[in-house]
Formats: sequence, structure tokens, C-alpha cells
Amino acid sequence: MALSFLDRERTVAAPGYSRWLIPPAALCVHLCIGQAYAFSVFNLPMTKLIGIGKPAPDDWTLPELGWIFSLAIFFLGVSAAVLGRWVEEGGPRRAMFTAALCWAGGFVISALGVYAHMLWLIYIGYGVFGGIGLGIGYISPVSTLIRWFPDRPGMATGMAIMGFGGGAFIASPLSVWLMGHFSTPTHIGVAETFLVMGLIYLCFMMVGAALVRVPPADWQPAGWVPSEHAKPLVTTRNVFVYEALKTPQFWLIWWVLCLNVTAGIGVLGQASAMSQEMFKGQITAVAASGLVGLFSLFNMAGRFFWSSTSDYIGRKNTYFIFFALGTILYATVPYTGSIGSVGLFVVCYAVIFSMYGGGFATVPAYLRDLFGTRYVGAIHGMLLTAWSAAGIFGPVLVNYIRQYNVDHGVPAAQAYNTTMYVMAVLLVIGFICNALIRAVHPRHYIDATEPRPGGEALATRGVR
Amino acid sequence: MTDHTSPHASGGNGIKLVLAWGFVGIPLVWGVVQTLVNAIKAFH
Repeated sequence: MALSFLDRERTVAAPGYSRWLIPPAALCVHLCIGQAYAFSVFNLPMTKLIGIGKPAPDDWTLPELGWIFSLAIFFLGVSAAVLGRWVEEGGPRRAMFTAALCWAGGFVISALGVYAHMLWLIYIGYGVFGGIGLGIGYISPVSTLIRWFPDRPGMATGMAIMGFGGGAFIASPLSVWLMGHFSTPTHIGVAETFLVMGLIYLCFMMVGAALVRVPPADWQPAGWVPSEHAKPLVTTRNVFVYEALKTPQFWLIWWVLCLNVTAGIGVLGQASAMSQEMFKGQITAVAASGLVGLFSLFNMAGRFFWSSTSDYIGRKNTYFIFFALGTILYATVPYTGSIGSVGLFVVCYAVIFSMYGGGFATVPAYLRDLFGTRYVGAIHGMLLTAWSAAGIFGPVLVNYIRQYNVDHGVPAAQAYNTTMYVMAVLLVIGFICNALIRAVHPRHYIDATEPRPGGEALATRGVR
Repeated sequence: MTDHTSPHASGGNGIKLVLAWGFVGIPLVWGVVQTLVNAIKAFH
């Protein structure tokens, strides 16, 4: 077949291949799809495509444009959950190749949508195709990294997921520069920017697909000896992807991720407004935007730092830190406002955002510990529905509680206090969920004596 | 099967590693620097 070079069998590493080529391959994908965090830079220009200087009656509104990102995140969750097994069994190259086509294709379709001024084309392009590219791309390198780095799975997946956080740092200035380059006094260059970015992302992601390899069967890093002392939460066996859904551990981790992300995402979107309202006269709108950039750096760095730390202290302990320290920090934020300490506010937020990112980056290794390596990518894909749910819970909680307070006469500077205490309570619940996680019951593991579908050696229990 | 290679095992691998990490590292560092510069500008 013409596309047989995408098959898992064709991507098995030859002797001498360095496993340190896998993180850059994964970063090629994650740095591109991380653009999603920077999509908002297109919002304002897209409200003035006809009016140029200011929005015309036929121009799109911000609420209409807001659906593009929401659709993309929705399809991220759906595609990661539904296509996880396909990604796992087809191998990383096929998944990365498909993700590249969907992601870049989404940009090209969106460019047509902007050119023809048809919003529904952008919904389909960036929202649906781009969202599917996001979902497949996000999970595509996870299990490959874990297989290549059995000695440090947290660090390995942390590097890739750090790339997702870092993608916005590249996309944001690049988008602004491209729009400036293609714009004229009578035209805003959004369509051209989409087209160029789509082509750049296609090339970048294809390099990742070409670079990636899976390790040969039974491969181990030189000098690495698996610990003889069995850790209570770390298994050497495997759980079939859909069997994982029947375990309480999956749902406890689902809530652990959902609550950690809900707390973080809720204040992430409001960090700029919150800092200005809590420190009126001290933090200007411009300074607030700088703060948001700074917090995003902590979000990215936390992904690598916390996931790497989890290799040494364990995943469960890492999440205990997120929830215990997070509870203290969220509860401290109102106090920083009451004493007018911008410095303490910034420190609290910086650590909160590092743990928000750390929660995303540590979870694949947590899943690997509990459910084994075989289907970890697919199980991770299903877990990402927690992200989609948190994307709704977090902002809704923050916005509605703030509005309720303002409507009831609470001064703007204190309107976020209740929100922060509610977030702290959510983290306490997350702490309890994490504490309840135990090793998976042996009845859920794949029975190694049964043949696997497709005729391979190991096999699955509960295959449908 | 055990890996007998390291990142510095061969010249070919070394060049590939530098190219691969440079390919992703340079844009990432550029983006981080841009963000930091903008943050500093905003504070001033």
C-alpha cells in the first residue's frame, strides 16, 4: 500500500537509534497544536474584516467567533476519546501524519472561510478538523515516549506536554507578525496568515512524523534495571482500554484531573481582569497583560518540572502537593488583595499556574503506573474528557460567582474572594479523590495467555 | 533487548540530535524570549 510507511511495523527503531530523538519528534507536534492557546489573537482582527478600522454591521461578533475555539476544544476531547485505540494500535507515525493533515487542513479551510467571509467554513475548518487534529496530535506521542523512557516516564511525557504549553509563545508573535505583513490599509491579512501558518505547521508536524520510532519489543535502556521492590501503585501488567473505564481508579483520576484543571482554568481566563480589579491603581491593563504572559511561562515550565519531579516522589504524592499547596494558595489570594501585596499575589499565581500545567503533564505517567503501558495513550485520550468538562465548569464558576457578588453589592476588589474559596474547596475534594486511589484489582489486567486481536503475542481481556 | 547506544554514541546520531533539538528548541526559545520581552515592556 502507498501509505504503508505509516504502519507501526515500519517505524520500529533500527539498532543505534537514540531515544533522545523521540522528545523532539513529539515536540514537533505539540508545539504546533499548542497554537490553540493563542487563537484569541485572531478574535479582534476577525471582527473587523469588512469594516477594517472598526466592526461593520456585516462583520462577525466576538460571541460568534468564540464558538471556533469552543468547537475545537470539544472535538479535541471527543476525538481523543473515540480515536485513542486507533492511535494506540496504528502507531505514532500514522497518528502524527493524520493529525498534521487535520490541523493544517483546518487552517487552510479556515483561510477559505475568511476569504469568502463564511463563518461556518471556519467552524468546520478550525473547529472540527482542527479540533480532531488537536485530539489525535495530543495523545499521539504519549505511549511512545513512555515506552522509550520506562526509567523516567514523567519527564518524557512532561517534555511533550510542555510543548503544548509553549506552542502559544511561538504562535502568538508569529500570528501578529504575519497579520501585520499581509495587512494593507484596505485589507486585514487573516486569510493569508491562516494559509501560511497551515503550511508551516504541516511541514513541522511531518518532520515529527518522519522522526518518530517505536522501540523494538522488549527493549530497555542501557544500564536500567527495573526496581525489584514492587511499588504499590505501579504495575508491570496492562489493562485493556475499555476495561479501564470499569475501574474506580480511572474515574478517581478523571476527577483528580477535572478538579485540578477546573480550579486552574477558571482563574486562567480571568487573571488579567482579576489582577486589575484586586489591585486598582497598582496594576494597569498593560501590566496585567504582561503578568498573564509571565503566568503562561510558569504554566509551561510547571509541566516539565512537576512531571519530572513525579518520577522521584511518585504521582500520587505529586498530586497531593498540587491539592494541598493549591488549597493554601487559593485561600491566600484574597488575603494578598486585602493587604495590597502585588508581590505575594504574583508568587501565589505563579505557583498555581505551574501546578495547573503540572497536572496535565503528570497524568499520563499516573495512568501508566496504574494501567500499564500497552493502552496508556488510548486511556489518556478518554481521560481528556475531564479537560473538556473542566473547560466548562471553571470559567462558569468564576464568572457566575463574581457576577452574583457584584449584583449583591460586593466591591469589585473583593468580588473574587468567594470564587477563590470555592476553588480551594474543589481542591480539597480533589485531595480526597487522590487519597482514595489504590492499585487496580488484578481481575482487570489483560490475561497474557489469550491471543490478541490481529494475531500478536500478548492479548486482551474484554476485547469487543 | 537492551539499548547499547547513548546520545553520544556516534557522530551521526550526535548530528541528528543537534538538528532535531535545534529544530524545536530555537522556535521555542524565540517564543519564550518574545513573551518575556513583552512582559518586561508591559511592566515598564
